[in-house]
Amino acid sequence: MPQRTMAVALNGSKREVAVADHTLLSEMIRGLGLLGTKVSCDMQVCGACTVLLDGRPVSSCTTLAIEAEGRSVDTIEGLADGPRLHPLQTAFLEKAAFQCGFCTPGMIMAAKALLAERPSPDEAAVKHWMDGNICRCTGYETIVEAVLDAARATRP
Amino acid sequence: MLRRFELHRATSVDEAIALRRDLGDGAAVYAGGTEILMTMKMGIARWPHLIDVKPIPELHGITVSGGMLRIGAAVAHWDLERDPAVARAIPAFAELERNVANVRVRAAGTLGGNLAFAEPHADPPAFLIALDARVVLSGSEGTRRLAVSDLITGMYTTTLGADEILVSIEIPIPAADARAAYVKFQILERPSVGVAIAGTVRDGRFRGAPAVVVGAVDEVPRRVPTAALDGARADDAAAADALAEAARGAVDPVADLAGAADYKRHLVGVFAKRALAALVAEAA
Repeated sequence: MPQRTMAVALNGSKREVAVADHTLLSEMIRGLGLLGTKVSCDMQVCGACTVLLDGRPVSSCTTLAIEAEGRSVDTIEGLADGPRLHPLQTAFLEKAAFQCGFCTPGMIMAAKALLAERPSPDEAAVKHWMDGNICRCTGYETIVEAVLDAARATRP
Repeated sequence: MLRRFELHRATSVDEAIALRRDLGDGAAVYAGGTEILMTMKMGIARWPHLIDVKPIPELHGITVSGGMLRIGAAVAHWDLERDPAVARAIPAFAELERNVANVRVRAAGTLGGNLAFAEPHADPPAFLIALDARVVLSGSEGTRRLAVSDLITGMYTTTLGADEILVSIEIPIPAADARAAYVKFQILERPSVGVAIAGTVRDGRFRGAPAVVVGAVDEVPRRVPTAALDGARADDAAAADALAEAARGAVDPVADLAGAADYKRHLVGVFAKRALAALVAEAA
């Protein structure tokens, strides 16, 4: 199978990755052993596979890996600084904003993109941004609260 | 999982046209991928070649000149919802873009792709038709301009030629006292019904007949006859009821997972009145 080798900044570290034209970004990421990115609906509806491509949230299940050429890809594995969790991770834990956890990496990556653009979103802005991330366990109240908590915690 | 294909990155309009000519039916044009990759994943269609048009500079950029908002075909919804020029020129369009699908689809999906794919459950087509927007198409025969209403001719069907590329979208900016609005009903990421309206309300009356277009329920967006609204009072409940009736009569709803035909026809009447109310509120 023809492969292209491309440069990607994956969670902040530059690396060369070999992909075929038809390789999906989710396949590339999980193929590299980063299993935090989950594939659920596989049709860009549920948000479980959300990763950041140059800071923008995308459905890695419906994005070609080759789109990452020369760009940055951020996954849930890149958030914690060693044992120190990212404020979003801490907030999700403190609010118990997950149950089975399958949607959580996508939720947190989507929320990370929101806070990067709007460090102080109101509740309506969080709901609007996150309405494409589906959770089937907890309901959404604690998730929205966790994002708002993380925003407060990271505000200078 | 996708079946194997070869991706060709076109860097100019001419190169894309040549690739379309050479690869024929074996190739599809690819930009954001939000529609075409889904089609391929579901096994509905298979193309051994994809032509990526995103690297073409002419397919990018948002400019305002001569009363026209020009949008490159490969501009993503994400950029349209954030662009200050769009928000200034046609605020209702920025608002529409802010509510397309979900944040990830907006980050990747393009306006040109949305039109060229001609998925009936889409937001932009009805609005663009209400504003008399047109598309710029380039092919080996040259460049032509076509009204959006003449581009989309059926479900997933357009008049785009076999070697043509959609280069840009041109939207006439409404006159200073004209307003536009788009209202919709949606459960997941696609609209069940959307109604676009553009027109002028002055001194409490409609000046000229507003343009009203219903999207998402029929095979293609449908214009609603509105001549009766010309000169009508903006708060005339009977005029609003007549518009709802005209809107229901203008569509032949397709029954699908978004709703049965009679349910959608009912929604069309409800949302036509809401669109009218939104226009009046904008003009106030």
